[in-house]
Amino acid sequence: MSNITDLTLVDLVEKIKKKDLSSKEITKAYVERAEKSKKLNTYITEDFNNALKKADNFDNSPDFDKKIPGIPIAVKDLFCTKNLRTTAGSKILENFIPTYESTVTNNIWNEGGILLGKLNCDEFAMGSSNETSFFGNVQSPVAEKLVPGGSSGGSASALAAKLTPTTIGTDTGGSIRQPASFTGIVGLKPTYGSCSRYGIVAFASSLDQAGPMTRDVKDCALMLSIISSYDNKDSTSINFKREDYLKKLNKSIKGKKIGIPKEYRVEGMPKEIEDLWQKGITIAKEAGAEIVDVSLPNTNYALPAYYIVAPAEASSNLARYDGVKYGFRSEGKNLIDMYEKTRSEGFGNEVKRRIMIGTYVLSSGYYDAYYLKAQKVRRLIKDDFDDVYKKVDAILTPSTPSTAFKIGEKTNDPVSMYLNDIFTVPVNLAGLPAISIPAGHDQKGYPLGLQIIGKAFDEQNILNIAYSLQEEVNFKNKMNDWWM
Amino acid sequence: MTIDLKTVKKISKLARISVDDKKAKKLESDLNSIFEFIEKLNQLDTSKSEPLTSVVDAKLQLRKDEIKSQNIRDQILKNSPDDNKDFFVVPKVIE
Repeated sequence: MSNITDLTLVDLVEKIKKKDLSSKEITKAYVERAEKSKKLNTYITEDFNNALKKADNFDNSPDFDKKIPGIPIAVKDLFCTKNLRTTAGSKILENFIPTYESTVTNNIWNEGGILLGKLNCDEFAMGSSNETSFFGNVQSPVAEKLVPGGSSGGSASALAAKLTPTTIGTDTGGSIRQPASFTGIVGLKPTYGSCSRYGIVAFASSLDQAGPMTRDVKDCALMLSIISSYDNKDSTSINFKREDYLKKLNKSIKGKKIGIPKEYRVEGMPKEIEDLWQKGITIAKEAGAEIVDVSLPNTNYALPAYYIVAPAEASSNLARYDGVKYGFRSEGKNLIDMYEKTRSEGFGNEVKRRIMIGTYVLSSGYYDAYYLKAQKVRRLIKDDFDDVYKKVDAILTPSTPSTAFKIGEKTNDPVSMYLNDIFTVPVNLAGLPAISIPAGHDQKGYPLGLQIIGKAFDEQNILNIAYSLQEEVNFKNKMNDWWM
Repeated sequence: MTIDLKTVKKISKLARISVDDKKAKKLESDLNSIFEFIEKLNQLDTSKSEPLTSVVDAKLQLRKDEIKSQNIRDQILKNSPDDNKDFFVVPKVIE
């Protein structure tokens, strides 16, 4: 039999159900591999001993009716896990032990998942390279000194390096899809309101969504059907009929109308990305899809609007970190001095920068010029998608305008870092679902992803299209375990 | 428009983040390059556009107003940097 850690989630589930493998064997294989992979810095908190105990317990009284029985899973350290430290990659939460469990992780444990530990991420999910974490940057398993993308960089790296069979991340402006694209894995951001935000450390509440990061599209469909649920603890959770996405997964792309937005052909985009996009279009066409040229005229304004809306919401969400109820405190001469020192020392530079932007755009005299303006632009961006979806069933674009870059390459230029997300941000502003699938490599052998954007609540459709493309693309990971 | 040092200091006060002069200088240049990028929005006519606050159309759900006590005071206080076993403790506010 091939290595346990080489198997997809769906295969693991089958093997465990057939009793070819025990939960203990699987968990041990992942723990052993993670122990040899510390160089990647994917974990903030390991919970290996507990995981092995839980695996034993599972094997002693197994329940094979669960969707992922006895399967070990590491998750992004933005999900609160009861009694296990949750840091959001920040010094200010370095010692925070939640008294509650996030709904999304709870759903995973209810279906038989076992927590392996908490994965590194950009501080408060603010970053596109996993270089802003208080716990150090994450290495990409693709090549040495390469960023895995962000903010779910630890999740992407751990999954691509086979340190967990599957994982979850969060996506506010591309934080699942961009690292998925950089590391050659599948990442899906569900429709806003699909996955509960309860127990997820908040960044920008009108944009944040949790989603699966997986080895392939089948695994993605399985994970989505587990984590997507209506939850009255999240006031923006939507009560709609969730599908069994895996059961309904098929390659029905024939006759589907797929839109190609001309605005995504941006200046300075490398030819290999343009070629990859063309390859995706050709494959879809040959499989029987109808390709339609479309226009999303306000695409260019999405990123500037995002850099008003997201920091504004963040500045308000992060006001709670004041050194009183939990987290880090720095002593001061008086209460205000204590607040100011705590926040100055507890937050990293990128988080402070965004809180400052947010505070400014919401401050008296500037609200209309910035925040209200951005919300109006957000409406135009959503209208663009609504118009296009009168003509097509889905939209196909590259996931990112470039492949992964070197650690340190963009840290001194915030705007060039922000530009990583130009293809992913519009989707969050409009609340739509989108999936990134690995589709090729650049000359250096770094993975490239294609993004399929769907109508709201049309996850099944984009999964099906992704499934058809995946078969034809036949992406092979070129990793050689250089870090071991 | 440009953000000067005085404005940086004012924002840092509003955000309750202390900033020394060296950091303020760096923030001044970072914020100016970010706002230069953001100002692109001014090219766009939004006079006919309604602001979008939420992509969710659904009405907020109402729930019964009832106490769901979990009796976890001690666990919650354990996370606080300073407490006296019953309350959070902060520097003296009233002299």
